[in-house]
Formats: sequence, structure tokens, C-alpha cells
Amino acid sequence: MQEKISQIRQKALEEIQGASDLAKLNDVRIKYLGKKGELTVILRGMGSLSPEERPVVGSLVNKVRDELENKIQEAEKAFEAKAIEEKLLNENIDVTMPSKKISLGSNHPITQIINNVKDIFIGMGYEIADGPEVELATYNFDKLNTPPDHPARDVQDTFYVTDDIILRSQTSSVQARVMEMQKPPIKIICPGAVYRSDSVDATHSPVFHQIEGLVIDKNISMADLKGTLDMFAKKCLGEKTQIRFRPHHFPFTEPSAEADVSCFVCGGKGCRVCKGEGWIELLGCGMVHPNVLKNCGIDPEEYSGFAFGFGVERIAMAKFGIDDMRLLYENDVRFLKQF
Amino acid sequence: MKASIEWLKEYADINVDVKELGNILTMTGSKVETIEEQGGDIQNVVVGKILKIKPHINSDHLVVTKVDVGNGEILQIVTGADNIREGDIVPIAKDGSKLPGGVEIKTGKLRGIDSCGMMCSVGELGLDINSYPNQIENGIMILSDENALKDLDKKLGEDIKEILGLNQTVIDFEITPNRPDCLSIEGLGREVAASLDETFKNPRKNLDETKVENKDNIEGLKVDITAPDLCYRYIARVVKNVKIAPSPEWMVKRLNACGVRAINNIVDITNYVMLELGQPMHAFDINSIEGKHITVRRANKNEKIITLDDQERTLDENMLVIADNKKPVAIAGVMGGQNSEIENDTQTVVFESAVFYGGSVRKTAKAVGLRTEASSRYEKGLSPENAFRAVNRAIELVELLGAGEAVDGMVDVYPTKQKVNNIPLQVEKINNLLGINASKEEMLEILKKLDMKVENDIVTPPYFREDVEQLADVAEEVLRFYGYDKLGMTLINAETTLGGKNKEQNIQDNVSNYLVNLGLSEICTYGFLSEKDLEKCNIYGNNPYLTEAVHIQNPLSEDYTIMKTTSVPTMMQMLENNNNYKNKAVKLFDLSRTYQNKNSAIEKGELPLESNVLTIGMYSEKEDFYTLKGLVENVLQVAQLSRYDIRKETNNKMYHPGRCANVNVGADVIATFGEANPLITKNYGISQRILLAEINLDKITKYARNNKKYMPIIKFPAVERDISMVVDENVEVGEIKKVIQKKSKKILEEATLFDVYRNEKLGNSKKSVAYSLKFRVPDRTLKDEEVNMAMSEIIDELEKTLGAELRK
Repeated sequence: MQEKISQIRQKALEEIQGASDLAKLNDVRIKYLGKKGELTVILRGMGSLSPEERPVVGSLVNKVRDELENKIQEAEKAFEAKAIEEKLLNENIDVTMPSKKISLGSNHPITQIINNVKDIFIGMGYEIADGPEVELATYNFDKLNTPPDHPARDVQDTFYVTDDIILRSQTSSVQARVMEMQKPPIKIICPGAVYRSDSVDATHSPVFHQIEGLVIDKNISMADLKGTLDMFAKKCLGEKTQIRFRPHHFPFTEPSAEADVSCFVCGGKGCRVCKGEGWIELLGCGMVHPNVLKNCGIDPEEYSGFAFGFGVERIAMAKFGIDDMRLLYENDVRFLKQF
Repeated sequence: MKASIEWLKEYADINVDVKELGNILTMTGSKVETIEEQGGDIQNVVVGKILKIKPHINSDHLVVTKVDVGNGEILQIVTGADNIREGDIVPIAKDGSKLPGGVEIKTGKLRGIDSCGMMCSVGELGLDINSYPNQIENGIMILSDENALKDLDKKLGEDIKEILGLNQTVIDFEITPNRPDCLSIEGLGREVAASLDETFKNPRKNLDETKVENKDNIEGLKVDITAPDLCYRYIARVVKNVKIAPSPEWMVKRLNACGVRAINNIVDITNYVMLELGQPMHAFDINSIEGKHITVRRANKNEKIITLDDQERTLDENMLVIADNKKPVAIAGVMGGQNSEIENDTQTVVFESAVFYGGSVRKTAKAVGLRTEASSRYEKGLSPENAFRAVNRAIELVELLGAGEAVDGMVDVYPTKQKVNNIPLQVEKINNLLGINASKEEMLEILKKLDMKVENDIVTPPYFREDVEQLADVAEEVLRFYGYDKLGMTLINAETTLGGKNKEQNIQDNVSNYLVNLGLSEICTYGFLSEKDLEKCNIYGNNPYLTEAVHIQNPLSEDYTIMKTTSVPTMMQMLENNNNYKNKAVKLFDLSRTYQNKNSAIEKGELPLESNVLTIGMYSEKEDFYTLKGLVENVLQVAQLSRYDIRKETNNKMYHPGRCANVNVGADVIATFGEANPLITKNYGISQRILLAEINLDKITKYARNNKKYMPIIKFPAVERDISMVVDENVEVGEIKKVIQKKSKKILEEATLFDVYRNEKLGNSKKSVAYSLKFRVPDRTLKDEEVNMAMSEIIDELEKTLGAELRK
């Protein structure tokens, strides 16, 4: 009997090995392990064996059956794997076909510069302030030490709504509002649109954007201003950017300075953007004029501060290499999508 | 302000090259705009005398000349010029010479005859024809005794640059408005001396010591000021036996270098003094002063004067004039009148040196459209003390030039004495303000260089520095010469501030990011509009978009007369631009403001309402009203606004009356969206449907709530039922949903529309609507009976209020 079982095992293993597909394998399973299978028959016929033989044969049959089951399963898995492999080969696709994405839109280049500047100053603990664009002349001029006869107030430069209400010509107007409303310490930047009576051409626009910065606290110095702007310039325009202060004059700061940065296009060697000078005029700045502090209810004996302001368009144009300002306001999507 | 190195050297030794000088002065505040080496590109052009002119054998329009170019050298030159005569003295470009624009002149043959050089015109020498009024544009420059070119016969062969004063290096400075003293060679000379640490030579020191008797009248001339608020000082001095003649060469060269044309000795003296000392001067013929009585007064309304440039100017009572007993003879600080002009036969000249209120001069110059060298100096505010120096300098020059005999004494009306500032010197405060550590000695050294007197720690700026009023001004002076470049870089050492964006700024940024991710491009627009733009968007009559507009008094053009009350016209314009460029599927958004003059705020002196508005505009084959609606809903979700209603809007003129909706929070409309009215689409030449949305970000910020809180996920199963009905076409699915929600006894979790269809069987004005309802409560499994009860109430109500026929 044991011999017979061993023969069946041998034969079955050979047939499993030789099965060419899943159906053949199944036939083998039925032939040996099915209800009428050769091994099953032996198990069923156990009754005719002697009590001594029964456990020995039983255990042997079960062992062989487990072995065959395992072998069949292994073979089945191999067939399945092969089948999947064949199926996958037929599912080959062209990965260079166009994608089905939603194409991204874009923020306007001016917004991108403003966002960049905001992030830098928020990192330094600044808040973002905001004020009206249709503004009282007093915030745009008087409180900023620009008396009624000052040239900047000319109708030729400023848009008037009434004698006392204008379109703000500088974001500095927000300075005065913040100083009136808030006790020092004050650390703000204010981005926004400003209006000046300039006709539209490649470098002028009656509406453009400025970012104003203001810090008021005890013991604020002009060296702090330079250090702050140096850090800003490096973060905004590149780590190698150098900053240079030159004396200048603004009614609302004293001392005043104009800040140049080493040309961020050519690195200071001289190019078309910096007109061969290696420096680009970046912004106007200075220590807040004591008269301005007084006008806004802050004691200049106790507090000092600095302010700076610059045009966003100029930076956007230099940074992105835009040669005509009008492109910024034409809003052609072929232009916008480049940013 | 232009200044020649030659003139500046009279004030301070300059031992650096001009480029370095420019850099140094820029760093002390006199910003160099350009450095011009006059005549730098002219080489080997000399003075020559035409000896003979003969016809050219091969040409009718060429002539052959013999020219003496000095040192016995005679050149044969062929020319086509027809304004030359034998004996003329002209500029000759010799063989191998260079002219502006890279032109090189070489010996050659012209129609077979040797020509060994070229005669030059004003233009060929790179000069401005306007500076040489006696020359003609298309002819050879004829040098003559005019313009101080004397003894030319003895100068044959000399370099033309020397002769014409072209060998000068001229720096053009940008002078800031607080420094009118630097609109003079003397002022710049002081800055040069201080910047280079050289001695200020003070060549006009004598003027500080001059004493002149102040008289009631000179030669019968009297002066009165009736507007002392506009005229701070008026000094007149008189010169008799005047001999009008050309000015000497040195003076002409200096005037030319500063861009001023020489006219005659008297006029040139006034200009020279203005350039030298920064004080505008005026000279006029005493005989043209009616009654020999000068009054400085306000003009009368519509009073007229013909100015020196032959233009008639109409004046008004805000303007200041210099007048005689009958008429104005000059617009104060701006320009003299033709009626008192210096003529060639003028015998007695009055020199005026006056100081007027800058603001008034500026406004007057602007009003009459005449900004002059004088007015641009006056408008910055001049020192009355300097006026005295200037008039005496003019007299000094008259004597030097032998232009006449000065009459002793002056008439000096000086109603308002110049203020003297006394500023305590606080060394520590200056150091703290600047963030430097300069010693008191260093500061005193700097202030001394700038003529600031310091006694007992009180700084007294000189008369020409009226801009230095307080400590901050002194600090700036210290820093200018301590060195802006030596300023350290420190970071603020103060209380920490939090910083960051506020709620609205965060919402704006989040919404903007969402829209960009969705494929929309942000645009940037002007705040201006015109009423026509609103009409183009179907806005007429009493529409608040028109009546609440903020009007600009002095618009740049008729396209920009009002501030926008809605961004729709601007958005339409940008869509039109893109449509014109044939851009397909354009999706734009604009974050900008609208301005509304609510309740006549402006008339009350208050500001209009400014709102931050998100405007979306799209055209695309793929998008429709419902894509836009989804976009708006998502924007609201991004902004964390969850409670709102969407209601149909039929009255907004800019939108399609059947395809427009408002988003409401209670009664407050926070957004409007829909298809643009086809009428306006047509106005912008666009043939596709336009989708528009206007979302008020201020209102969204007001209603947005970030109060997210975890709700346990319900473990009990839901009961789902479908409901299908036929209703009239005009019943909105939203109404059906509201009925379902209302009658669901608070056990409804959600109702989802899953089908709407129409067919002939249903009839023309009917549609079939199907909702899938999901019932669930958090605390138990719902029983069938509960759901059935709710369903039957829902069905009853749908039948009763909406006339729905339920389909089984």
C-alpha cells in the first residue's frame, strides 16, 4: 500500500509539473484529490485496512495530499502571475501622450513681488497695513510735512476729487494713519496702488504700486534702517546683493537717503538694466521727520523711527526682464501665464 | 544745475579726476547726473581764414578754396557751401581730424580735385544751433567778432575748442529741493571744498563786507512793497552811462558751460550772478518805469503783460508783479516784461535783486506756463541775505567790464528779516539717531566745514542754509560728511512684535491661491473708469453705479474720469483684449477695489466706501453657469463661509436676466454671479458667453467663521429613499429641496438631486425631478415607520405647495 501511495505521489508530481495551463492543472487536482481522485479513493478504502496499518497509511496519505495541494497552488500562482504578465504587456500605453491636468493659472507679477516682500517682512515681525486709496489730503501731505504750497501737491502731479480729497500719490499716507491709531512699537509694511498724473508709456503709468515700510519705537537708528534694508535686499534680490545709501531729501524723513542695490541682473559688472553703473536705484528712505511724528501724536523726544518706500513695478520689470510697463496692465494671458 | 570744473576750481582745489569727484559729490548729496567733456570728440579742428574761392572745373555747385590755417600752412579745400566769402574765418577740420559721431576727415579728391580737409557747420561740430543765433543751420559756421571772438586774425591755426570754449568739463548735478544754495557755483564750490576736505577759497568774501547806504531813492527811483507776504526783500541799484556791448570771452565761456546763452554785457551780468550766487537778478531800463516808482504788488484780475519771450500773459490777483505807476513791468520771479527790456541804446539800468515767496512764484510760473531758471530757484525759497550780496556783485561786474558807472547807494526794502535758527547740539542724540559713534570733535569739525557756527553747544547755520532747522537736520549734515557709506548695518533692538497677516489678508491669499490652482490668471487693473464704460455695461440713468461714482477733478483723459463703482467694465475690457489676441478659453480674476460715494460722503468732506472685491471673468467652451457656481461656492468654502443662500437675481443690468444669482447672508448680498448680459458681450465684440462673478471680500471676511469642531462619525446605518416627481418648469429644484428639508422632522442627513429630465410625455412646461434622501440620526437606528412618516409629510407638502405629482 505504501508503495502504491508513493507511486501515486510520484505520478501526480510529474503531472503537476507537466500541466500546461490552469485547466490541465485542475484536471490533475480532480484526478488525484477530487471526490473520486486516486488519493481520495485510498482514504475512503481505509476501512479495509488492519488497525495497525490504518494510522500509518492515513498519515502518509494526508502528508502526500498536503504536498500535492501545495504544489498545485504553487503552480496555479505561477500560471496566474504569467497570465497577469501577459495581460499587462497588452496594456502598454504611450506615456508621452498629453496629460489631463487642469493647467495652472498664475498670480500677476506685481502680486508675486508684493507677496515675496510681505513674506520677508512678516518674517521680521511686521504687520501688513492698509489704507484708503481715495484719501484725505491731510494724510497724504500735511501730516507728512508737505505743506499746501509744496510742489508735490501740484494739480499736475496729483489727482484731486475735491480740494481736500485726493487719490493717494504715495502709500506713505498709511504711515500717518497707522501712527495716529497705534501706539509704538509700530512695524508695518503697506503695499498698495498709488496714483500720479503721468501719461501711459513704456515706463510710466498713472496707477502703480508701492510698498511702504514704517518702524517706530524707542532707539531706532538709521543703522537699523540700513541693516533692515540690507537683509530685505538679500532675501528679495539674492544673497549677494549689496546695498548703498546716498544722501537725498524727502519732506517726511530727516536724514533721508536713497538706497541703491548692486545690479541683480549683472551682479554689479554693468549691464543694460543698470545702465552700465552696476547699481540700481531701489528706494527712498530715512528717519521719520520729527514734524511727522509730532503731527501724528507721537513724541519725537521719546520715539524715533524709520520709513522707506519703493515702486513695485520697477522691481518686477527689472527682475522679470519686462521692457514695457504697459504689458503689466494689458493682461494678455500669453503674458500672464509666463509667471 | 550745470557747473564747469574750471569755474568750481575758483572755489576749491580739485586734485582728483572728474569721475572720482563725481562719485565723492554723489556720496555727499550732490548727485551727479552726467559728466560732459565738451568738445571731447572734436580733434584737430582749427581756425582758418578763407583766402580765395574759385569755381570747380567739374561741378556747378562745388567751389575750390584756399585756406590759411596758420603757421604759413595753406590748404586747398573743396566745398559745396554757398554761405562763404573770401576773408571769412571758419572752423577747418584738417586731414586726420575727428568730429562728433565718430566722423573722420581725410584728404581726398572731390570730382577730381584734391581737398585737404573740411569746413564745418555748427551741427558738424556737435553744437546746438540755438546757442549760436547768428549762424545758419545748413551752412559753414562763420566765426566773427560777435560772441567775444576778438582778434581772430591772430588766432589762425588755434584749436577751435579753445576758441569756442568747448574744452570744458561740465558736471550736471541733481540738486534736491531743500538745497537752493547749491543751485549756484558758489554753493557747489562749498560742497566741493567740504567733500574733498580742501579749503573753501571764498573768492566773493568781499561781498560779505560790502557796505552800501540804503537811500529813499536813487536817481529818483523809489520802491514800495504792498504785498510783504509775497515779497521778503527788494533791492535796487542803478548804473548810469551804460555802454551795451558783448561780454568778455571768459564770461561767455562760463555762461555757455552752464547752458546759458550770452546776449549783452548787462543781461549777461544778471545771468552770471544768478549762476554764481544762486540769486536771480533782473535788469531794466529806468526810463521805462513810469514815475520812476516801483511797486511790488498783486496783479489785478485779467491784467496783461507781454513777457520777454514776446508772449502775452494774462495775470490774476494771486500773482505778484513788479509794476510802475501804470503797468506791470515784470512777473515777479518768473520773467521780465518786454516794455522794460534792455535795449542797445539803454542809458540807465536798474538792477533788481529781490526775494519772493517760493510757493507763490511756483504757482504763478505754472499758471502762466513759464518755468524759468529764475522761477525754479525762487520756488525753493531763497535767502534774503544773499540778495544783498548779489546786487553788489552785479555792480562789481559792471565796473569790471566797464559797462557803466554805478550810482552810490541802494534802495533796499526789507520788511521781513531772515530768521536765524539756533539748534542745541546734542551729540549723544545725533549718535543714537544715526546709529554711529562720532565724537563731539568730529561733529564740530564737520559743522565748521559747512560754515555752521557752534557757540556754547548751540549750532547756528549760515544764512544760506535755511533748510537746517532742527537737530535731525544737523544729524543729516553730520552724516553726509561722516559718510553715508560708513553707516553700519544693525538690526532693530526693540520689543518683539508679532507681525503677520490679518483675517482678510489671509482670506484673500487663500482665495487667490485656490483660483490660481484652478487655472485662473490674476490681472492687474486701473481704478479708473469713465461713465461711457458703465454705459457700455448697460448701466444708465439713476443706477447707483453711476450716481455713487467718485469723480476726479483733473482726470488724465476722458477715459479715466471716475473711480470704478464695479469692476465689471474693467474685466470686460480685459476679456476683450484677450479675445482680440485670439486667446482661447480665458479665465481671469482681479483682486481690486471699488469706490462708492455713499450718502454723499464726499460732499460732507468724508471718504467714499472702498471695498475689496474679487471679480472673475471667463469665456470658454467648457465652462457654464454651473461651473461658475461651483467656483463661487468653493471660494466661499475656502474663505470659511458656510451659511449663505443663493438666490436668483433678475434685475442686475450687467447680467443675463435668466442666468444670474446673488449670494446672500441674510439680507446682505455678498456676491453676484452669472452670465454677462449678451447686450454687453456684444458691446465688447465677444461672440461667446461670458461668465462673471463679483465677490465682496470685505463682507465675506465679516461673515466668515473659523469654528471647525469635530463631530463624531455616526455608527448607525442610514435609511435611503428616492423620491421622483413631475413639477411645473418654473419650480426651482432649490424650492423642492427646501420643502424636503423643512418637512423631514430633523432626521434627514442629506438630500441629493440625481436626475432632472424633460420629454414630450411630461408635456411642454413640465419636468421630472428626482432626489435621493438619506435619513440618519446620531443616537439610534431609525425605524421604518419614522422614515415613512417623514416621507409622507414631505410628499404631502410637495403636492400642496409646489403642485408636484409624485411618480411611483
